[in-house]
Amino acid sequence: MGETALVDYGSGNIRSVASALVAAGASSVYIGADPARLRKADRFVLPGVGAMGSCLSKLQTKRGLLEVLEDCVLRKGRPFLGICVGMQVMVEYGFEHGRRQALGWLQGSVKRLQPKNSDNEGQSNLPVPHMGWNNLQQLRPHALLAGIGDSEAVYFVHSFAISGNAPSCAIAQAQYGGDVLAMLAKDSMVGVQFHPEKSQSVGRRMLANFLAWCP
Amino acid sequence: MLMPRIIPCLDVKQGRTVKGVNFKNLIDAGDPVELARSYDEQGADEIVFLDISATLEAREAMLSIVQAVAEQVFIPLTVGGGVRTEADVQNLLSAGADKVSINSSALANPQLISDAAMSFGSQCITIAIDAGRDSDNHASGFSVYSHGGSKHSGRDALEWVKEAEERGAGEILATSMDCDGKKTGFDLALLTMIAKAVSIPIIASGGAGEMEHFSQALKIPNVTGVLAASLFHYGELAIPQLKAYLQEQGMPMRITEEATRQNSVVK
Repeated sequence: MGETALVDYGSGNIRSVASALVAAGASSVYIGADPARLRKADRFVLPGVGAMGSCLSKLQTKRGLLEVLEDCVLRKGRPFLGICVGMQVMVEYGFEHGRRQALGWLQGSVKRLQPKNSDNEGQSNLPVPHMGWNNLQQLRPHALLAGIGDSEAVYFVHSFAISGNAPSCAIAQAQYGGDVLAMLAKDSMVGVQFHPEKSQSVGRRMLANFLAWCP
Repeated sequence: MLMPRIIPCLDVKQGRTVKGVNFKNLIDAGDPVELARSYDEQGADEIVFLDISATLEAREAMLSIVQAVAEQVFIPLTVGGGVRTEADVQNLLSAGADKVSINSSALANPQLISDAAMSFGSQCITIAIDAGRDSDNHASGFSVYSHGGSKHSGRDALEWVKEAEERGAGEILATSMDCDGKKTGFDLALLTMIAKAVSIPIIASGGAGEMEHFSQALKIPNVTGVLAASLFHYGELAIPQLKAYLQEQGMPMRITEEATRQNSVVK
């Protein structure tokens, strides 16, 4: 197993993700955003919390970072895992604090959740953020889901989610007042809306799967 | 389907876990890192750490506790107590906290909520309120207290939670001053009132004594988490036992294999 790069661009719970990668068996983790170092990495993890726009701005201001990621992931096909907002930036655009162009690696856009409450006696909408443990419904098999039973619980905390033209890439979803896209994959890329680093043993299994993945 | 969260709260003073009855008579109840690990094994869905010391040194100690826990425990951690500035929020998040809970400082400086939500995202800003009935004649019937429940803030509880949401809070941790430590049940009137006023998740806190109390609170829309401290610390109620009960009541619960094994040992 070679080096895993945990991209530290100033947004995200870097320490938690790093600890979880180590617990999942990562032998060598580079934490940083130096393009020369990133270029040597075998695989990439992009965390991200907070507003998508601010994550994108931070990504774009790190000189050479996006160019290296796009070269290694889109052209060289090295494994990539985007977590939460790190997943959301992979699509075309978002609507948090106005329309904003994203990386456009995959089709789709990021919109605010509007979870409908089906219980008529309750309030019309479920609370947002979608916060807590929810079942991961698997839509199709994927290497990262190996050994993980259908409907295992993982931890979500988000107010926005990818909607629209991504279903061709969707591999798992959750139910929260409607379908919520939880996981998508294309070629060597995977994005997860939930937090595997906070999803206890299920998350550890998924990260171990990612570390062993050779797409 | 989203599962209600069972949340043990660890009050930490000088690096040790304590819990008071009605916020007084604190009794030492153990090592926070060990306790957190044990709760993780029992299937806690989230853990709240509350630093109740007021000193600078204690805050440094808290950061190392958070760091140590985040290295070993892979469930969400919320940390509060003495959070006064955006830098405090940043330090806790960097140490490994997923959410930061703000109480008195937000009352003194509501702009802190807006600034922290803008910088770090609403999802990591929990506003904790200590609410109680008193003679202040607020429209809602509930006042907000600050400084661990020791001072009147002069604010109406309902107005305050609405303002907190507008400013970008991602969650409300609502503690009842009247019920805390009494084990007679959560303050359902307070929770129902808050739940109707905001559209962010609410954690019920203060008053849990029996398993039925948890299901009562979780039936209120928007109450997606229930918090207790001494009940769990002193082994009066085990989390796997509580989850099994709530599941029997028809609530979806996260049941881990490890917790199931522990529960069968308890039985």
